[in-house]
Amino acid sequence: MQQRGYSTAGAVIEAPAEARTKPSLGVKIAKFRELGLLGFIILLSIGVQLRNPSFLTWENVNDMMTNTAILGILAVGMMLVIVTRGIDLSIGAILALSGMIAAQTVTAYPELPPMAALLLGTAVGLLCGTAVGWLVSKAGILPIIATLGMMNVFRGFTYVTSGGKWISAHQMPDSFKALATGTTLGINNLIFIAVLIYIAAYCFVNHTRTGRRIYAVGSNPESAAISGISTDKILWLVYAIMGSLSGMAGVLWVSKFASAQGDTASGYELSVIAACVLGGVSIAGGVGKISGVILGSILLGILNNALPLIDVSPFWQTGIQGSIILAAVLVNAVVKRGVDRNHLMRRKI
Amino acid sequence: MQPRMITNKLEFSFKRFFLQWEWMLVVLLLAVIVMNVNLSEYFWDYANLRDATMGFLDKAFIVLPMVFVILLADIDISVASIVALSSVIMADLYTMGVPMPLAMIICLAVGTLCGWVNGMLIVKFKELSSVIITLATMIIYRGIAYMILEDQAAGSFPDWFSFLGWGYVGSIPFILIAFILFAVLFGVLLHKTVFGRQLYAIGNNGTAARFSGVKVDRIKIIVFTLAGLMAAVTALFLTSRMGSTRPNVATGYELDVIAMVVLGGISTSGGKGRMIGAIIAVFLIGFLRYGLGLVNVQAQVLLIIIGLLLIFAVAVPQLKRAKLPAKKM
Repeated sequence: MQQRGYSTAGAVIEAPAEARTKPSLGVKIAKFRELGLLGFIILLSIGVQLRNPSFLTWENVNDMMTNTAILGILAVGMMLVIVTRGIDLSIGAILALSGMIAAQTVTAYPELPPMAALLLGTAVGLLCGTAVGWLVSKAGILPIIATLGMMNVFRGFTYVTSGGKWISAHQMPDSFKALATGTTLGINNLIFIAVLIYIAAYCFVNHTRTGRRIYAVGSNPESAAISGISTDKILWLVYAIMGSLSGMAGVLWVSKFASAQGDTASGYELSVIAACVLGGVSIAGGVGKISGVILGSILLGILNNALPLIDVSPFWQTGIQGSIILAAVLVNAVVKRGVDRNHLMRRKI
Repeated sequence: MQPRMITNKLEFSFKRFFLQWEWMLVVLLLAVIVMNVNLSEYFWDYANLRDATMGFLDKAFIVLPMVFVILLADIDISVASIVALSSVIMADLYTMGVPMPLAMIICLAVGTLCGWVNGMLIVKFKELSSVIITLATMIIYRGIAYMILEDQAAGSFPDWFSFLGWGYVGSIPFILIAFILFAVLFGVLLHKTVFGRQLYAIGNNGTAARFSGVKVDRIKIIVFTLAGLMAAVTALFLTSRMGSTRPNVATGYELDVIAMVVLGGISTSGGKGRMIGAIIAVFLIGFLRYGLGLVNVQAQVLLIIIGLLLIFAVAVPQLKRAKLPAKKM
């Protein structure tokens, strides 16, 4: 017995020296994951700028950020959902439904302040998100199925409330359209709202107990439950937040494009999920950072904006975006393997 | 000495037999038919019924392999994009002068290849869930379809090609015969072969299956390849029905197909469900759409109904399971 204990103790001294001399490349990359993404964004920007000098002008950047703001807002909520090992396919439909209800309300009552419309949309979204959250947390339905079903339901409601009609720009009061085009402190409202949400989310996720519990539930639901976290409540909360953000995004979307239709943002959930995955949020749960999600959204925004600027045919964009997403996901997986192997090596010692 | 026999079959009990989800589906299907007959006198018309069946059966071909995929506790959301890509390539080759039979074979080959790529990626990157991989390939396949045809439509196929989607053998639609053949084939494969038993084993416990000698990786690749192949079969029938194709065909099919499979009682956590359930679900949703369409119920209301039906289908077994332990005590 003693002999065996001794021999393993002997191994302790030798192995780390070897491990220290060979720091895995994977670990290095993983430590600077966001830096890598940032570097990729910078390289991409420089490349595009060389091809088309109008890319990095103030106007274009402002334009690009305005277009990315809604994606970014949704990506924050989606990150929370994915961190809990879930997925939400219903957000495009929630966005359409709340946008439609808000648009109908401002059309009927043009004197309503736009802020009220924003709150109304958020409330509708909260209601939808609560319903989805109930199905996932209390009824125990897999998120992908629950949100798939509710996606149909919400999309159907959107058509029913609108009677299949569009609400177009001339029906909406100017004050409502100004919501997306106006500025606060010299910044476009959409960007301003997105920044506010990012700051709030950063504080929530990193500096509150509930925020940390979301990660706990995501990394290990069983041990989270054993350590006294009410996993049901956390799940419910996450989907409710996602719903509210989609509701708010719906109002902003309708205000920005000045039209509300039954098929608004259909399929948009996939872009949002892609932004999260690009930003390093792991579908396996428990992993995801606000900074990563920002960069992921910005990267998608740049791709949307820059590809037309360098004369890439619009028909090639889908394929290019898909390939970049797949590459990012696969590279991420390979890097993570390196990290895990490294951890394993350390633990054996 | 007589070896001890361990039966793997439970004793037959009427109660258990009729409490199965498939019977629930049959009851639902009958309810839908009765409702439709009461709503519209045109429903129970053979010609109408026959033509409606031809209308919704195209995507049913993907339902069959999707049952396998979901039994493995995986999911494949790229199938609709595979339909689009293989259909677009077939049409493009034909307009470039490739003879139609060859173009059709290439269509099937493209689908198979796409499915195989999905399978390989899923097997090689086990830490990534199939949702993410097929999400990415879904965007890529659709993207390639757009690269090939841009916003054009391609078509003007030879006349005989329309037989696939519109033809009859006697008075039975060809597509129905093809579907029944494939359904029997997939049903036998699932319930009567070693391969099928291994699917259940993997779905119930992948690790245990691997340790007991099941070649998990190989089976996963086969299943995803089958999904690609059947998506290409759907592409053939769909293209034949429409007479031309565009890169945006079959959008949203993946969700319809998954909804049918889940409604058919195949559990998304893997290892549970039977082929017959999914087949009944195909006809259930198809007749529901057709019947309510006859009486001018909006397609949008149908969306709500199907969404609720889907959630109901998943929630009921879940609630039953939650109550079961209480009953035992």
